Amino acid sequence: MMRLNPKMTQVLAKALIWGSALLVIVLLLFILLFVLIKGVPTLSWQFLTENPRDMGRSGGIFSTIVSTILVTLVSVAVATPFGVGTALYLTEFTREGLATRIIRFSADTLAAIPSIVYGLFGFIFFVINLNMGWSILSGGLTMAMMILPTIIRTAEEAILAIHPLYREVSFSLGGTKMQTILGAVLPSALRGIMTGVILSIGRCVAETAAVILTAGSSLRLPESVFSPARTMAVHFYILVREGISMERAYGTAAALIILILIINVGANMLINRFVAKNH
Amino acid sequence: MKRLLDRLPGFIFLLIALSALSALALIIVFIFYEGIPIIAKVGLGQFTLGMSWAPGKGEFGILPMIIGTVSVTLGAAVLGVPVAILTSIFLTEFAPAAVSRIVRPAIQLLAGIPSVVYGFWGLTFIVPYIRLWIGGPGLSVLAGSVILAIMILPTVISITEVSLLALPRTYKEGSLAIGATQWQTVWSVQLPAAKSGIMAAVILGIGRAVGETMAVIMVLGNAVALPESLLDPARTLTTNIGIEMGYASGDHQQALFATGIVLLVIVMSLNSIAQATLKRSQR
Amino acid sequence: MTVQPKIAIRDFSFYYGKHQAIQSINVDIHANEIFSLFGPANSGTTTLLRALNRLSDLVPGARTEGQILIDGQDIHAEDVIVTDLRRRVGMVFEEPVPLPMSIFDNIAYGPRMRGIRNKAVLAERVEESLKLAVLWDEVKDRLHTSALRLSGGQQQRLCIARILSLGPEIMLLDRPCAALDPISTAKIEDSLVLLKEKVTIVLIPHNTQQAVRVADRAGFMLMGEMVEQGPAERLFTVPEDNRTSDYITGRFG
Repeated sequence: MMRLNPKMTQVLAKALIWGSALLVIVLLLFILLFVLIKGVPTLSWQFLTENPRDMGRSGGIFSTIVSTILVTLVSVAVATPFGVGTALYLTEFTREGLATRIIRFSADTLAAIPSIVYGLFGFIFFVINLNMGWSILSGGLTMAMMILPTIIRTAEEAILAIHPLYREVSFSLGGTKMQTILGAVLPSALRGIMTGVILSIGRCVAETAAVILTAGSSLRLPESVFSPARTMAVHFYILVREGISMERAYGTAAALIILILIINVGANMLINRFVAKNH
Repeated sequence: MKRLLDRLPGFIFLLIALSALSALALIIVFIFYEGIPIIAKVGLGQFTLGMSWAPGKGEFGILPMIIGTVSVTLGAAVLGVPVAILTSIFLTEFAPAAVSRIVRPAIQLLAGIPSVVYGFWGLTFIVPYIRLWIGGPGLSVLAGSVILAIMILPTVISITEVSLLALPRTYKEGSLAIGATQWQTVWSVQLPAAKSGIMAAVILGIGRAVGETMAVIMVLGNAVALPESLLDPARTLTTNIGIEMGYASGDHQQALFATGIVLLVIVMSLNSIAQATLKRSQR
Repeated sequence: MTVQPKIAIRDFSFYYGKHQAIQSINVDIHANEIFSLFGPANSGTTTLLRALNRLSDLVPGARTEGQILIDGQDIHAEDVIVTDLRRRVGMVFEEPVPLPMSIFDNIAYGPRMRGIRNKAVLAERVEESLKLAVLWDEVKDRLHTSALRLSGGQQQRLCIARILSLGPEIMLLDRPCAALDPISTAKIEDSLVLLKEKVTIVLIPHNTQQAVRVADRAGFMLMGEMVEQGPAERLFTVPEDNRTSDYITGRFG
């Protein structure tokens, strides 16, 4: 076998390492540009504000946008109080012991469950057993369970990161435990918590497997949380699978990607401006 | 009375905190409840090792799907883990700050792309080129592996990075001080020291690959036969559920839930191993 | 006739679990004086200070014996409301800890938790407290900017103002100037001397010179014991106990 001296190995290794990083960037750009270049031309104001017609062969994607927003809203509105509450329990009311370990284990395990299994569960539990039918509510509640672990983890990290004396200061000024949590702990941890919530919003928008089994695939504009709904991701999947309209598929994908980009980039900027002004 | 009132917030928060546990319990209970009857009917051995999946004839053997999952996942690991580890090393040891500021958000973005978009991209680019340059129908285990390899990059990178950053700086400095090159230090000192963490990262990446559905549905070809080579189409446990759930009923539907049980068992085992490995690495 | 001390500590012991941090001490602290608790590290000074506003309650495994009486009333009695106690007995910590909010909100934090919502009342209290803490002139034009932008010395005076907005009778300060430069230190020491007209001050100095400068009376603690206490002038020039003189002259520390 050819013997390479350390200097040669270093050069070779560096090339591979930089190459890997480059590969990652190239792949990202490839995928993004592929969708955006083919899809953006379809994106017009009309496309975004018109409902789909003829099973999606013509018309726009308005109802899917609304559905996506509603399902995400339900999901985040339910998961955030439970997630932050759980994190607060772990940080403010307990010390490490059996209870905390069980809760953490549950959260970690929930995080590992495949989304299709969440879909199965949501279908049998929300859609069938609780008789909610295919609806925004079923989809939102299922996804709330999916994003719960993320919110717990990021909220806990954020709360543990606050200045250790903030609590003492609040107590020494005559605060009760709840006053300290609401007045000092949560406001200080807000930025980190928001980051976790935004991450979860991105996850909800991108999710397909769990949603298609619980929110259904109706193209009608949803009238309430009990209406069935088709989110953008599901719509994109169906358009591709059935070969209904490549043009609109690309358009939907582009809208989806742009939405995710806005969530990722824009929201983080907002956090930096709003919450960090006191940091 | 006042004492009870003082204890109230703690009690309420405890109830809230049990939500994660209850959610997990619910999922396990319901999936098992729906799936166990068919396993009992068909027999565990026949179900997990049976070669024939033909719901119309009442045959529910999921071995082809298990093989499908294993091959696609292994392929993803072989392709993706080296790239992920090299990229982690890049971020922790070799990247100038300005470049990190581009690469890190890029990885985050990669993680945010919907799986259906990955699948579609794979369908449009990876599948035809496999068909053209390598052979077979293109819709294949190989295509699935490539897509999954890309999809697990963020997971493996982030945990590997954490493990590398957790190493005491003296490890690296000691090695450099005796004249080793940067790469020698990484290869001989840092990577071995972070071994447990990296293993955990890989296991979690594999868990992620096992659970993926939508991207894989689009590029795997979905033939129920046993794949005999990388270029053959196949089905995984997840895609089987994804494809058939829309029209399954009765025993068929139950069998899909039973597949869900198998998935739960696999993923929960992988997760426990990974967590245990991570804990070991933290000692 | 002797006047009742503001704070009377009687046969007081403090335990962290099995470890006894304070050994059955007796201390008298008079109203409107600056009393300096001093001693080497781990002598129990911080523990005693934190016992005075029962912040020590927050430590798991904390246990007390004996009594601490403020105006003749045992602060550990069944009917004592701890949150009320802590408003009467305020504390300033070793490092300045402004809360991540505006200067105004920092000082209004305590009163707001008490239930005071009236904007005019809050504004008045904020102004008064900042004046007492000798910070008003420096910040009056930027009350609604972040408190984190203030300098170290200003932040510590903010922390003093934060307590004053609750109208406390007693102020506890644990090495308040440890992280500050001499000029800021001097400003705070001057404000303490002015403040003692309104409150009783218990101060742990970060070095004995500070105690010499500002204290009226002092108490030397060593390993949980109250070795000696009395008028500061006497204690720091002709102490009665050898251990006190050894510490003051730097034979150990």
